[in-house]
Amino acid sequence: MAMSSEAVVARRERLLQLADSNLILAQQLTAWCGHAPMIEEDLAQANVALDLLGQARQWYRLVCASEPEFGDEDRLAMLRDVAQWRNLLLCEIANGDFAQTLVRQALYDEFHVVLLTALVASSDAGIAEIAAKAVKEARYHRLRSADLLVRLGDGTSESHARCQRALDRLWPHVAELFVDHEGDALLAAMGVAPLPSSLEETWGQAVGTLARKATLTLGAVASARAGGRQKRHTEHLGFLLAEMQFMQRSYPEATW
Amino acid sequence: MNDAPLWEVFIRSQHGLAHKHVGSLHAADAKLALLNARDAYTRRNEGVSIWVVRAADIHASDPREEDTLFESPKGKEFRHATFFPTPEGVKNL
Repeated sequence: MAMSSEAVVARRERLLQLADSNLILAQQLTAWCGHAPMIEEDLAQANVALDLLGQARQWYRLVCASEPEFGDEDRLAMLRDVAQWRNLLLCEIANGDFAQTLVRQALYDEFHVVLLTALVASSDAGIAEIAAKAVKEARYHRLRSADLLVRLGDGTSESHARCQRALDRLWPHVAELFVDHEGDALLAAMGVAPLPSSLEETWGQAVGTLARKATLTLGAVASARAGGRQKRHTEHLGFLLAEMQFMQRSYPEATW
Repeated sequence: MNDAPLWEVFIRSQHGLAHKHVGSLHAADAKLALLNARDAYTRRNEGVSIWVVRAADIHASDPREEDTLFESPKGKEFRHATFFPTPEGVKNL
């Protein structure tokens, strides 16, 4: 299928938003390795991180296959600076305590499942194929994060307070998940990817149900703190990239 | 969470085989034990089914009774079905 140059750019920007979000979130989760509250949770979080990392690689490869000027997955992951990343701001906010990491994960997992479920039906065969495998992983991530959030939200007064604080802290960043950017309408018209705004209702119902079970109160719809797709980021991303890219920056071209 | 009960984990590696004990872990309840077992013991494609059992619910034979319980069958190889001639044409018995 020959795509217009406009469609190529729109597809790439959308795929990089998803891939970058996955990779940044994977990096955040791996920071818990060896520090999670219990060893079983430690391992589980690392598993989720590896799933997200694996998915990011697939999306990067898809981008590089149609636009070779992007190089390869390693270059995209390890050699881009802050102003070249499209990830959702939600993913780059610092981990905070375990509750904040968990609340962020639960919010993202719900979003990830809704998005991937739609992408399974993409008219773009490459996207549909990756989504079909990824959505199964995302459903497991959601199963785990939702279960834990109910336990901790509806747990002790301490765990409840921490979860509610985390939710209040992160809530201003959820609106960005559903912002339609330039090119998204074209992708939706072509059946390549759904409009982000079209996912909000399903997500909102799922998160509303989850919050009720977890006895947590969702914030009012705040003004969207967006910027990821415009490559405008919070102060958190630079520190994260510095750590993630250290090896490749210090020893360029180093391989295993 | 360290006071969470201990669970024994059993994995069935493929359909048709029996669940086999693979290890143990801590979890607050059965649901979480299953999730933890999935992450700890099936991440290298080890299985298609998981059982978890509270370690406290397993009753074990007394290791001090090993001689009493298990010494007797030793040397009684005739109990193995290895002394029968295999009929011609039978591949497995």
